[in-house]
Amino acid sequence: MFNPVYLDHNATTPLRPTVLEAMLPYLGEHYGNASSRHEYGRAARRAIDEARQRVAFAVRAHPTEVIFTSGGSEANNLFIKGAAAQLKPDCVALSAIEHPCVREPAKALKRQGWQVREIAVDTDCRLASADFAAAMDEQPALVSVMLANNETGAVQDIAALAAMAAQVTQGRAWFHSDAVQALGKIPLDFRSMNAAGVHALTLSAHKLGGPKGAGALVVDKRVDLAPLIDGGGHERGLRSGTENVPAIVGFGVACAEAVAQLQETTQRIKPLRAELERGLAAQGARIFALAAERLPNTVYFSLPSLDGETLVAKLDRAGFAVASGAACSAANPQPSHVLLAMGVAPALARGAVRVSLGPQTTREEIAGFLQAIAATQTNLQSLTSVVG
Amino acid sequence: MLKLPVYLDYSATTPVDPRVAAKMIPWLTEHFGNPASRSHPYGWEAEKVVEEAREEVAKLVNADPREIVWTSGATESNNLAIKGAAHFYAGTKGKHIVTVATEHKAVLDTVKELERQGFEATYLEPQPNGLITLEQFKTALRKDTVLASVMAVNNEIGVIQPIAELGEICRVNGTIFHVDAAQATGKMPLDLSKLKVDLMSFSAHKTYGPKGIGALYVRRKPRIRIEAQMHGGGHERGMRSGTLATHQIVGMGEAFRIAREEMATENERIRMLRDRLLKGLQDIEETYVNGDLEQRVPHNLNISFNFVEGESLIMAVKDIAVSSGSACTSASLEPSYVLRALGRSDELAHSSMRFTIGRFTTEEEIDFTIKLLHDKMGKLRELSPLWEMFKDGIDLNSVQWAAH
Repeated sequence: MFNPVYLDHNATTPLRPTVLEAMLPYLGEHYGNASSRHEYGRAARRAIDEARQRVAFAVRAHPTEVIFTSGGSEANNLFIKGAAAQLKPDCVALSAIEHPCVREPAKALKRQGWQVREIAVDTDCRLASADFAAAMDEQPALVSVMLANNETGAVQDIAALAAMAAQVTQGRAWFHSDAVQALGKIPLDFRSMNAAGVHALTLSAHKLGGPKGAGALVVDKRVDLAPLIDGGGHERGLRSGTENVPAIVGFGVACAEAVAQLQETTQRIKPLRAELERGLAAQGARIFALAAERLPNTVYFSLPSLDGETLVAKLDRAGFAVASGAACSAANPQPSHVLLAMGVAPALARGAVRVSLGPQTTREEIAGFLQAIAATQTNLQSLTSVVG
Repeated sequence: MLKLPVYLDYSATTPVDPRVAAKMIPWLTEHFGNPASRSHPYGWEAEKVVEEAREEVAKLVNADPREIVWTSGATESNNLAIKGAAHFYAGTKGKHIVTVATEHKAVLDTVKELERQGFEATYLEPQPNGLITLEQFKTALRKDTVLASVMAVNNEIGVIQPIAELGEICRVNGTIFHVDAAQATGKMPLDLSKLKVDLMSFSAHKTYGPKGIGALYVRRKPRIRIEAQMHGGGHERGMRSGTLATHQIVGMGEAFRIAREEMATENERIRMLRDRLLKGLQDIEETYVNGDLEQRVPHNLNISFNFVEGESLIMAVKDIAVSSGSACTSASLEPSYVLRALGRSDELAHSSMRFTIGRFTTEEEIDFTIKLLHDKMGKLRELSPLWEMFKDGIDLNSVQWAAH
């Protein structure tokens, strides 16, 4: 395969070489089942314990607060359904820009009598504080607001929102935040978030140079959770099933490395993104959530004259891998629910393209990308004029 | 040179076959795309290999690839099958479930959870040989039995339940039939074009594939519907959301391809090794094989050694990696619930050992194990007052033990 320039790091990331190195022994000679009591099993158990410490350390949580899952989707499902299962039908409040793996489990709760209260965002993808306050006044039992949005990269002030939720609901609501896109891109401190009233965070390995197939729910032990998957009682009874040792080991190493390099990566990537945004703006692009605090790697834009699918296809031919909307719902022709929630007109929303940079992205790649966009525009304009 | 401890715990997990690992690694490294990415070749190529692997999994069990749903493993598959079907059909069929007392915890705990939610369950007690009878099963089924779940191969004693016949009975009764086949793939032929099985759970890591990946077979004709247990982006036709772990899926596909191609010859070799082990251990006095020896996969030998204490036995044989009960529950000191269900005493259940043999087991390893057990058993029994009394001809069941 001819390798296009990869600018879709919010969909998934290449594996870090150190992560591969750490994983390989567990795909080889250390193959034991962590529940086995013999040396093969104990070696696997030690590796999981170490990974749990690494993941906990990366987000300043206690290792016993880390529940390993098969990924971010499962962790989100575990929190939403697991917490709801221990409560009488009530209200779950979530932002209008959540990932489908938060929205859909919440929707599934409706059949059990739950109400879903969506919280509006402003035109820059920030939670509308008046509506957030109004939603809290309705005394929800569960609140879920993502830390960083996968499409726009907008970062919410989760600690402040959780503090407000705690105050208005008098500590009644469990507050969860999907931090899948934030981990490794901005500093995360579960201890201080927890002090402010955040009770759980969702993490995923494959968004920060770890393998697919591992994630975690970091959860305050006061939250009464029912497991989603029963059978054997692994992960303190909250997630049964033989542990995926190599992926968990990889997750630990990826967390440690991404967090250690976070500052350096941010310093390197931010100017590249600024360059990209300057170039896009000069070509008439509308960049979304520009006024919000955003992840340093994400640019979400539309060129008013171009539809997103067309642009993405052209960019693919020019050798650039980007996304139109989120990877998980890329089969869906509907315009992004995130952009619609921001009040973006459907026509413009359909043109949205997401570029997400990684630690290895170079200045040359960004320059090349901007040239490709310019070429596409010129090309399409000349086509239009011929037809016209 | 023997690598110690000798691994005889293939039913807990298997090493990843080097051919499987080799096939996985490119999908961890240069081909890292998200199979759900529709806008670039990184995604397309990942989606393509995911579908190729789905075909391999389907082929091993003679199913249609569209009947295979990826999960994180057999535990999740069992949960998805049982909860998913029970919830979907409870309203139309009823809320009664039939299963067997010797099922894996992933089935038993799931059924227990459904009981908490208002379902009713019947747990069939197997015969002393570990098998359930057709009459027993037929009697247990009711008009409102929405689902029956019976494993193909037991993880502790390796016995094969008569799933073909059980499936026929279920079909007649209009009961959905789920089979946990985690321990069966690669060990016995499974033909879903013939078996009347509606849902079947698979695991990769019991068949030389990686951990963290499994699948659920969901029959299309007649069509079985299940309620998703994990919601999100609508992956796997809405039945199971979450980013697909490409490398793990590729690994499972390759592992199942190898299983299909090599099962016949491999099982002959394994049967020979198992018989050698059995023969070597049978001349130790007071040993009891647990579970039927005929209706059984060749990989498994489960033996209770009378008049030795379970924990000391495990400590004494540190040079072999075996399990005393299922790996998934061996953290508990309770005697194996499977052996208890067979009617074994607590003592015999405690002093049981499961030897499971696999692709990389050698004759040398088997001979080492036989010798080790002969040596250790002699020493352990020398220290055992019970053994001494038994040798003196005292009927231990008649002894009145002083309370303390």
